[in-house]
Amino acid sequence: MLTFTLRRLLLAIPTLLIISLVIFLLVDLAPGSPLGEIPLTVPPDVRAKMIKALGADQPVFVRYFLWLRQFFWVEPATLFDSYFGTQLAGDEQRILSWQSRSPVFSVIGERLPQTMTVIGTAYLVGILIALPIGIYSAYRQYSWFDQFGTMFAMIGFSVPTFFSGTLLIIIFSVWLGWFPTKYDTTLSVTDWASFVKQVKQMALPVMTLGLANAAAISRYMRSSMLENMGQDYVRTARAKGMSERKVVLKHVLRNSLIPVVTVIALGIPAIFGGAIITENLFGVNGIGAALIGAIHVNDIPMVQTLAFIFAILIVAFNLIADVLYGFLDPRIRYD
Amino acid sequence: MTDATSAPPKPASQARAIWQQFRTHKGALFGLIVLTILALAALLGPFLWVPEKLNVAQAIKLKNQSMSLRFPLGTDQLGRDMLSRMMLAGRISLAVGFVAMIIAIVFGTFIGVLAGYYKRLDGPLMRLTDMFLALPLVPLLLVLVMLFRDRIASLIGPEMGAFALIVFAIGITSWMQAARIVRGEVLALKEREFVLAARSIGSAPRRIILRHILPNVVSPVMVAATLGIAEAIITESVLSFLGLGFPPDFPTWGRLLYDGLAYMQIYPERVIWPGLAISLTVLSVNYIGDGVRDALDPRIRGR
Repeated sequence: MLTFTLRRLLLAIPTLLIISLVIFLLVDLAPGSPLGEIPLTVPPDVRAKMIKALGADQPVFVRYFLWLRQFFWVEPATLFDSYFGTQLAGDEQRILSWQSRSPVFSVIGERLPQTMTVIGTAYLVGILIALPIGIYSAYRQYSWFDQFGTMFAMIGFSVPTFFSGTLLIIIFSVWLGWFPTKYDTTLSVTDWASFVKQVKQMALPVMTLGLANAAAISRYMRSSMLENMGQDYVRTARAKGMSERKVVLKHVLRNSLIPVVTVIALGIPAIFGGAIITENLFGVNGIGAALIGAIHVNDIPMVQTLAFIFAILIVAFNLIADVLYGFLDPRIRYD
Repeated sequence: MTDATSAPPKPASQARAIWQQFRTHKGALFGLIVLTILALAALLGPFLWVPEKLNVAQAIKLKNQSMSLRFPLGTDQLGRDMLSRMMLAGRISLAVGFVAMIIAIVFGTFIGVLAGYYKRLDGPLMRLTDMFLALPLVPLLLVLVMLFRDRIASLIGPEMGAFALIVFAIGITSWMQAARIVRGEVLALKEREFVLAARSIGSAPRRIILRHILPNVVSPVMVAATLGIAEAIITESVLSFLGLGFPPDFPTWGRLLYDGLAYMQIYPERVIWPGLAISLTVLSVNYIGDGVRDALDPRIRGR
């Protein structure tokens, strides 16, 4: 197990390096870079100074290695410094956003809490809805509840979040007027009234994403339960005279959760980055919104850094899911 | 099969057997009907329903109409007939779905067959697939479209440019599933006797792949293809929804939904129609995928 984890970790390094190179080159060498969009009325010497000030006059590989160094050394060192008061980073240049001239990582630090509260809650809600539906659907296979659950999952798969979110806005805020249409990022929870307000403004985005997540996870839960229900150990447990409740909720559920847990782990990177649409629709000022904003104004360092962070998360959670699978299921042996 | 009298009546051909199994799947049949209606409306509709030619002044007077006999789905903020826009948009949305799916499937099958058949290529190609799976796709698609849109538009015109770019971008980022499925199938098929027989009579690898292996991977590829259409249509509408899809006078369902968002509070139907069209298409394609999977599986068929 340990050797497997180590081998996978070592394999992840070249993968991530190649991905970082792909992302860097794709964004950097594309024709629509901001350096081509300096107005022609700007005199050539000023133009050269502007390009120099952005650090864009260096050859591309110099910039790539500089960016890698900033990403893997300067930024973690700065973070370490700010916690422990050391001077590891010195006054080395951090990755600066071209639109705000502030470090990209402090922008991410500002945006992350918004994303985590809304999208994280949505994922949790999705899991909490999905598990009971999946369990009961499998237990009463082909019952009306199961048929309904199948329908629900199929619709959840098929209706894209930008449409389900819009529908929810039309129904709940335009017609019924229960919830606000836009998420107010400046709201801080201090007392009961503001807490209620926060819950209200989180309701729609959480519902939108929660339903989409629940659809997928409930399917996995159902099929995993079904696979286990027919196993011999279930018959044995029943033959011993165990209560139905104990058989299903203890024996079958525990075994069925193993693949589901890995599926849930694989979905976590999406919490950080995949909710671009929901954030955009409801005006949640999170990471996804930051990425869209950066793409629209050609903020190259920001786009590169965010895209690379998403890639790291995907690789990391793939690894975690694999290790978790082997850890939870003693029958799985990787070495 | 010795007892011929109790055996079910033998279907005339394999295609008919597959069709009979497909017909028993209610959802799939429903999906096929809905998709056919939508596709026919998009293909033939613009010929049957020609909106009246309005000059600018008339169009401005007729903006934001609700549903009526003259304008079955109302008009938009510029007085354009929504029904004809919906049908034109359907053409593009469906075309994007099909073409992107074909690119993804052809590329994925190619990679999958190479990786499965040639042991030397297996490692590198599968690493490539893993790498593509680890790429954050939606952000990259957005970046691709944003950065290359103007350049390609200046080469082959804004409409064809947007179409080519989006279809290519979606295709090139969604071939991985097909490649994995095909590789798995090819690895298993390669060891079968009929491939050994073909090799022993001296068939060239190219011929073995084309004549013996590819026909046998058709069914999993078909399933991947149907689901790929749904995926591609959703991706295109996401791009349009974020304002990075087709230009405004070149409507797709996602673009119409995006345009309708600004008027959502007063004219919700302008969001609902395109959204409903996207959702129905994807829902029916998913159901068809389910049905095709069952129909092409010989273990289920005929039971």
